[in-house]
Amino acid sequence: MESRHKPHPEQLHYATVLHWSTLAGFIVLIATFVVYMFGWLPANIPLQQLPQLWGLSASEFLRATGTQTGWSWLFMMGKGDSASLLGIAMLSGCSIACILAVMPDYAKSRNFTYLMICTLEVAVLVVSASGFFTAH
Amino acid sequence: MAKPNSGHHPNLSYVLLLFWLVSFALFCSAAPAEAASAIPVVDPDAWWIWPLALFVVCFFLGIIAVPAGVGGGVLFVPIVGGFFPFHLDFVRGAGLLVAMASALAAGPSLLKNGMANLRLAMPLALAASISSIAGAKLGLALPDNIVQTSLGVTILGITVLMVSARKSEFPHVPQPDSWSAALGIHGIFHDGISGKDISWQVHRTPAGLVLFLVIGFLGGLFGVGAGWANVPGLNLLMGVPLKVAAGTSSMILSMASSSATWYYLDNGAILPIIAVPSVIGMMIGARIGAHLLTILKASVIRNMVIAILLFAGVRTLLKGLGIWT
Repeated sequence: MESRHKPHPEQLHYATVLHWSTLAGFIVLIATFVVYMFGWLPANIPLQQLPQLWGLSASEFLRATGTQTGWSWLFMMGKGDSASLLGIAMLSGCSIACILAVMPDYAKSRNFTYLMICTLEVAVLVVSASGFFTAH
Repeated sequence: MAKPNSGHHPNLSYVLLLFWLVSFALFCSAAPAEAASAIPVVDPDAWWIWPLALFVVCFFLGIIAVPAGVGGGVLFVPIVGGFFPFHLDFVRGAGLLVAMASALAAGPSLLKNGMANLRLAMPLALAASISSIAGAKLGLALPDNIVQTSLGVTILGITVLMVSARKSEFPHVPQPDSWSAALGIHGIFHDGISGKDISWQVHRTPAGLVLFLVIGFLGGLFGVGAGWANVPGLNLLMGVPLKVAAGTSSMILSMASSSATWYYLDNGAILPIIAVPSVIGMMIGARIGAHLLTILKASVIRNMVIAILLFAGVRTLLKGLGIWT
C-alpha cells in the first residue's frame, strides 16, 4: 500500500533539482575525463609524468608543477586535466544549487528559521568554494 | 546451506568473499613492493595501470559497501591510502568525492520516498559543514605520519563501532525536545515491510548538533565520509527510525562533504586521475551491490568488511608509525 503522506513540497523541489544537477555533473565528469585520458586535449602535466608526482604531498605537488591554487584551473579549460576538474566542481556545487532552489519555498511559507539555516549553509559552502579558507 | 525460500544465497556470498579475498591478497602482495619502487622506475608508458587498478578495486568496494551498510569513503581511504602509491592528501580528496558522489546519486529517490528528511538534515548538515572545513584545513596542514597514525586509530575505532553498535528499528521517543519542536522536525514514512505509515519525532537535538560537529570534523580531516557515524548518531542518540536515519545520513553527507571537497579542490589536493576512476568504479559497483542486496547474505559481507577494515586500519596505523612502510 502506498503512503498517503507526501514529503514537504520543498523536499520534493530539492529532490528534483538534485536529480538534474547531479546528472549534469556526472555527464560532464565522465565526458571531460574521457577527453583527458585519450589526450584529445593537451594536459598541463603529461600523464606519463604523473607517477613521479602523485606520491608528493599536495603542497609539494603544487610547488613541483607550478600549479596555482584556487580557481586558476577554470581559466585553463583548453587543458585536459583542468577541464576534468569541471565535473568535480559541478558535483561539489550541487548542494548550493539545491538549497538556493528551496529558499523561495521557505520564504513563501514564512518559515524564516529554515530560511536562515539555508542562508547560513549556502554562505558556508560559497565561502569554502571561494578559496577564502585557503588564503586565511 | 540456504533455506529454499530465504531469498539469500550464502554459497554465492562465500564465492564472492573468496574471490574478493584472493584478489585482494594478490593485489596486496604485489602492490607494496611495486609501490615502493614505482616512483623511480615506473615505465612512463604504463602510467594507466594505477588508475585502472583503482577503478577495479573501487568497483569491488562499491559492491560490498552497499550490502555491508557502509559508505564507500570509509573503505576507500585506508585501502587506497595503504596499498597504492598515491599521497594520502590525494587519497583523502578522492575519498571525500567518492562519499559525496554516492550520497548525491542516492539523494533524489530518498527524498521523494520520505526515507530522507530535509528538515532533519539541514541543521545537522550546517554543523557538519562548518567543522568539516576545519577538519580539512587541519588535515592538509598536519605532518603525514600524524594524519596516517590518527587515521589508523580512527579506522580501528570504526571497526569496533561496527562490531558493537546496537540498532533500533523504531526507537521510542516519548517527547520531542524543544529545539526539534521549534524546528518542526518530525515526519511519517511508509514502511514497505509492514505496509504501515510510521510517524516519528526526535529528541536530544542539541546533543545531536554537537555530535555532528565532531563527525563533520573527522570526515573533513580523513576524507572518510561519515555514514558510519551519522546513522548511529541519528538512530541511537536522536531516536530517528533506522531507515530514515540511513537516508537522512546520505543528505547530511552530501552537504558536509561538499564543503570539505571545495577546500581540497582549492588546495590542489584533488587529482582527476585518482578521483574520477574511483568515483566511477564505486558508482558502478554500488549499483551492482544494490541489486545483489537481495541475494547475498548481508552478515557474511558485513563480516568481510569488518575484517578488511581491521586489516586496513592496522596497515594504516603501522604505516603512520613507520613500522610497515
